[in-house]
Amino acid sequence: MHLMYFTEQPMSAYPEQAGRDFGATALMFSNKHFDPVAGSRLYNDYIEQYMLAEEVGVDGIMLNEHHNAPFCMQAKANIFAAILAGMTKKVKIVMLGNPLPLAENPIRLAEELAMIDMISKGRLVSGFVRGGGQEQLATGVNPAFNRERFEEAHELVTRAWTQTGPFRFEGNHYQHRVVNPWAVPLQKPYPRVWIPGVISKETIIWAAQQRYPYIALNTSIEQTKKIWELYDSVAADVGYVGGPENRGYLIQVHVSDNEEKAIENARQFRWMQGEFTGLAHPVWSTPSGYGSPSARRAFVEFASGRAKNPRGETSFEQQMADLRIIAGTPKTVVAKLKRILEETRPGILALWGNDGRVSQADSLTCIKLIGQEVFPAIREIAKSLDLKSPFEANAPVHLKYSTDLKPRKAAAAE
Amino acid sequence: MAGVDWTDSTVEVGGTKLHLKRAGKGRPIVVLHHETGTLDQLPFYDALAAHYDVLVPHHPGYSRSERPTWMRSVRDIAVIHRGLLSDLKIKDAALVGLGFGGWIAAEMASMAPADLSHLVLVGAMGIKPPQGDILDLAVTGYVDYARAGFHDQTVFDRVYGAEPSIDQLEMWDVCREMSFRIAWKPYMYSQTLPHLLGAVRAPALVVWGDDDRVVPQSAAKRYVEALPNAKLEIVKACGHCVDMEQPEALAKLVTSFIGRE
Repeated sequence: MHLMYFTEQPMSAYPEQAGRDFGATALMFSNKHFDPVAGSRLYNDYIEQYMLAEEVGVDGIMLNEHHNAPFCMQAKANIFAAILAGMTKKVKIVMLGNPLPLAENPIRLAEELAMIDMISKGRLVSGFVRGGGQEQLATGVNPAFNRERFEEAHELVTRAWTQTGPFRFEGNHYQHRVVNPWAVPLQKPYPRVWIPGVISKETIIWAAQQRYPYIALNTSIEQTKKIWELYDSVAADVGYVGGPENRGYLIQVHVSDNEEKAIENARQFRWMQGEFTGLAHPVWSTPSGYGSPSARRAFVEFASGRAKNPRGETSFEQQMADLRIIAGTPKTVVAKLKRILEETRPGILALWGNDGRVSQADSLTCIKLIGQEVFPAIREIAKSLDLKSPFEANAPVHLKYSTDLKPRKAAAAE
Repeated sequence: MAGVDWTDSTVEVGGTKLHLKRAGKGRPIVVLHHETGTLDQLPFYDALAAHYDVLVPHHPGYSRSERPTWMRSVRDIAVIHRGLLSDLKIKDAALVGLGFGGWIAAEMASMAPADLSHLVLVGAMGIKPPQGDILDLAVTGYVDYARAGFHDQTVFDRVYGAEPSIDQLEMWDVCREMSFRIAWKPYMYSQTLPHLLGAVRAPALVVWGDDDRVVPQSAAKRYVEALPNAKLEIVKACGHCVDMEQPEALAKLVTSFIGRE
């Protein structure tokens, strides 16, 4: 079991009322409300949190990035990855992930990641994402080619990591006549790639086809089970058996030394007016061409206010009851996490410990209790359930490095 | 204008299928529709069909024409429409471009300046407005965007319904996706087009609503400067979609500019 700490790095000092007055807290919500003095303090608070996380024994620190919104202060995940590469000694630096389509020059991304891998002495896990709709608009990237750019940039980055240069790359969206970066990853064949996601079936299928672990982001137990059903079926098609080493899960868990305080702090998981990424116009989160064509009709109904959010809106209490938010002392938290582990069998688990306006003191207490009490207990449970991480299972980095493939049709013919 | 007999057909132009509506007799006029696609019937089309042979091709990727996934620019559409005219053996057509269709018309004019009788650009996109910016589809809701094209919202209600249908919203999303695919950056204009219009000697009429909130009126002036033989007409109390908001006024401007035979 690989156990990680995660925070969205909330810009908790923004004026909440200004967001309510404007009616949105993302993309077009003015950055005149961003206070760099508070920003400086918060960035350094987050570094302190990560250093403590390593000290108390987490296996990995999960990083991500978003743009133009207070819910996440990381505008470039590679900056924090580089900081952690130099400042930490043991933890895996798990990027979930770099938004590939936003890269105008994926070779530069490949170079940055190679540098992080070498400086950290091989501790990089290089996850990739499509980036949300608003990220495309915040960076001026065409949402209609999001998936094509994702797949093409992935090909270019992994080739830049593995293929001896110089070579030439002539794609539909990326053309590079000289690919020959003088920075290549320390880990061979290349750093592990994990793929986080929320809803897109296409991404689950793509991850399973690559044999990249898929990290379900705060889905319900039932949704998570459906994801693994789909993943495992694609895995069987391409010839391997999906298992815990292919499965990751991120969940909002706040730990404290008393139950009431834990629940009070856990309410901060809904601090962006109950919306994961803040209030936004639906056409910002799902610009035309970004979503699945099959979801077009349902989406326009929602976007024009004729139908409820297809993702559903649930209360804090309901999310607690559904185990999508867990809060309490280590003992209660471990009991609830055990149920999730039994039901969904992940080999990678990330706890999103603190959000919103949880104080730095309470955040540090949470991290300490996670590292010293929750994770040791989870490790024992994982052992008893045989939940191995990709590292423990020595899983291939990509499908093409597999030595055990038995495609479904060939297997049936045996 | 009841009784105009429109024919619908699918025409293949070098492998690209186009939906074409056609009606009327006389000199050929090609009407190029907005980036929001086009309704099947419009009083403006009927008014023109009373005097001319009117062709309304649905742009590839818009309304009833399927999307060619290879297309990357608005000029690609202009080339396909030029191919359509060539296949139909139509020479010296007048081009009437509405909004985004004005950009396509201007590109078509620049490609074959000798094969053009008149050019009419109505609230045309395609040129970077010297002042102000073209309204951004990507950050504006479907209905808000469509409503921004009208000065008088009761006219919008009459044209699309106060609550446009889900079919209409879905079509706007399909059209949006195509606009993103071909006009994302720079958004809704070409940096070279103004420099390519200098060879267009055919008479040009540039029409703008005085309350155009989609394409700033400053772009009208830029078009008139770029086209050697152009004049400007401003339609009062009118938004961007002059064709839908004041169809009779626009039809009158067009017919008096082009003349009747």
